[in-house]
Amino acid sequence: MIFLKLIITNLMRHSIRTVLSMAGIAFSVAAMLTVVTILQGSVRMFSGILSSDSEMIVFERDVSDLFFSSVPADAASRIAALPTVQRADPVLFGIVSSAGHPIITCFGVTKTDARLARASWVAGDPGSFGQSQGGIVLGQRAAGFLKAGVGSTVPIGHSSFHVIGVLKTANGFEDGGVFMPLGDAQTFFHKEGTSSVVTVKLRNNNDAKAFKESVSALSGNLIALENEEFSHSYSQFKILKATAWAVGGCGLLLGGMGIANTMIMSVFTRIREIAILRVNGFSRLQVGGVVLGESALVSAVGAAAGLAAGSALLFALKNISALDGYIDATMQPLVLLVVVALALVTGIAGALYPAIYAMRIRAVEALRFE
Amino acid sequence: MSDMHNPVPASQAIIRTRDVWKSYDNGAIAVLNGIDLEIEPGHAVALCGPSGCGKSTLLHLVGGLDLPDRGTVTVKGEDLSKKRDMVHFLRHEIGFVFQLHNLIADLTMEENCLLPAIAAGRSRKAAKERLGQLAVQTGMQDRLHHRIQKLSGGERQRTAICRALMNEPSILLADEPTGSLDERTSGAVFELLLGLTRNQGVTLLMATHDRGLAQVCDRMIEMHDGRICEER
Repeated sequence: MIFLKLIITNLMRHSIRTVLSMAGIAFSVAAMLTVVTILQGSVRMFSGILSSDSEMIVFERDVSDLFFSSVPADAASRIAALPTVQRADPVLFGIVSSAGHPIITCFGVTKTDARLARASWVAGDPGSFGQSQGGIVLGQRAAGFLKAGVGSTVPIGHSSFHVIGVLKTANGFEDGGVFMPLGDAQTFFHKEGTSSVVTVKLRNNNDAKAFKESVSALSGNLIALENEEFSHSYSQFKILKATAWAVGGCGLLLGGMGIANTMIMSVFTRIREIAILRVNGFSRLQVGGVVLGESALVSAVGAAAGLAAGSALLFALKNISALDGYIDATMQPLVLLVVVALALVTGIAGALYPAIYAMRIRAVEALRFE
Repeated sequence: MSDMHNPVPASQAIIRTRDVWKSYDNGAIAVLNGIDLEIEPGHAVALCGPSGCGKSTLLHLVGGLDLPDRGTVTVKGEDLSKKRDMVHFLRHEIGFVFQLHNLIADLTMEENCLLPAIAAGRSRKAAKERLGQLAVQTGMQDRLHHRIQKLSGGERQRTAICRALMNEPSILLADEPTGSLDERTSGAVFELLLGLTRNQGVTLLMATHDRGLAQVCDRMIEMHDGRICEER
């Protein structure tokens, strides 16, 4: 208790400096939490598109981006015919643009695709999908920002498409996207006879290994991965996640430097007091413990404030209508844990040099220069 | 030199220095030049002499805060230069009182005094009991929860004395303990210091400029230019 009092007293002496250090950690934690959560949410949403009512994904081996993957239609048909497969949905991904909206995700799907079956149709007839040339279905958010509804004609790229339906999905990317019949999408993107991926639902989950072997045997150019396996190995996801942690880590590093600065100043301005503690029987470890304790307290309070600020920011972003559905602000417990742990470790690491300096103060020298 | 200063048998001396030399700045500033000193347990000894004569340095060496360049400092029969656990020594054998009380101004009297006891691993309850006794003996029982900033100079020095005696040391080293006090308060604090150390059987080694106070001690040692030049 007396140690805690000593720690709090030391921090309260320079309250503005202490608050600034806490704010540094808080901003770092909030930034890291926000960036990591948003990017992980994006990864989750994209994974959700792929794993829609399926366990496996088949795509071209060694492609760095699924948009460049080509799965031939005959391979897709043979995959669908495998005995282990319950259903197989070929999907062609593309990026299209419309006036004022440079990036809209386009999904070329068959009319029996799980994504369409799972979505709730806000307008239009699900049975009409794929019945007419140039008929597309918009996600509800896409319909909103394109100001289009059933019967509208929407200019996309160098063509115009007729809106035959509007549907709502739980996935932000799908909700802000355009669904085209697979054949139309192949023509539009000049990828006749191919899809980007085939998402596969197995008859039995235990057949994953056998299915992978079947796909390899079918074509050496294709690879089948379980959804979770894909999420962990897909290089784009890895880059996104690494970027998120790197950006957050830089923020935290700055926060740690703030703590180091505060603790160095704190130790340098009370060398005599530390000498007195040593004379009164404080061991080097106890002196170091007081300094590290101060830093840990600053980091803990900063991290708590950062979590609150980050949560508030994510909540606000989630509720901005322009971003409706694009942001999955669900905070993962592991992310929270890692962010807080990193904040504490950074804070303590920032106080290591001041703590070692304090531990090395020779009482007799400090006392001589009274 | 030891013959000149009424040596006590080795077995009886609680503090013994033998030919102790100390200098600073790589020998440029010689502070102690061959100090031989023996102090019996429970005695109050005053070190007198002008500023810079080496009184404080001698106290630091006896307290284990520094090591001599040459010679030995022995406390309770142990050569301090060979002692491994100086923290234990400082916690249990030595109490320090300084001219500037050196208390933590933002803490209360009680918190300041509890610091050495808690650092030494004493339970809070035992430490508070000990402080309660000392506070009564020093007349500070009503000041326990006062911040140091709110205490007078004399009260601060009483607090410093309480803190120094918290772990029941066998030796109290006082460096000009009344140097910053007015004459009246100085006399009262000194009387208290002497009374407490005598009652508790603590050996007192005190550096002071005040010869009037020094004369009340069991022994008065006069130092000059890092040497003991006279003893009464």
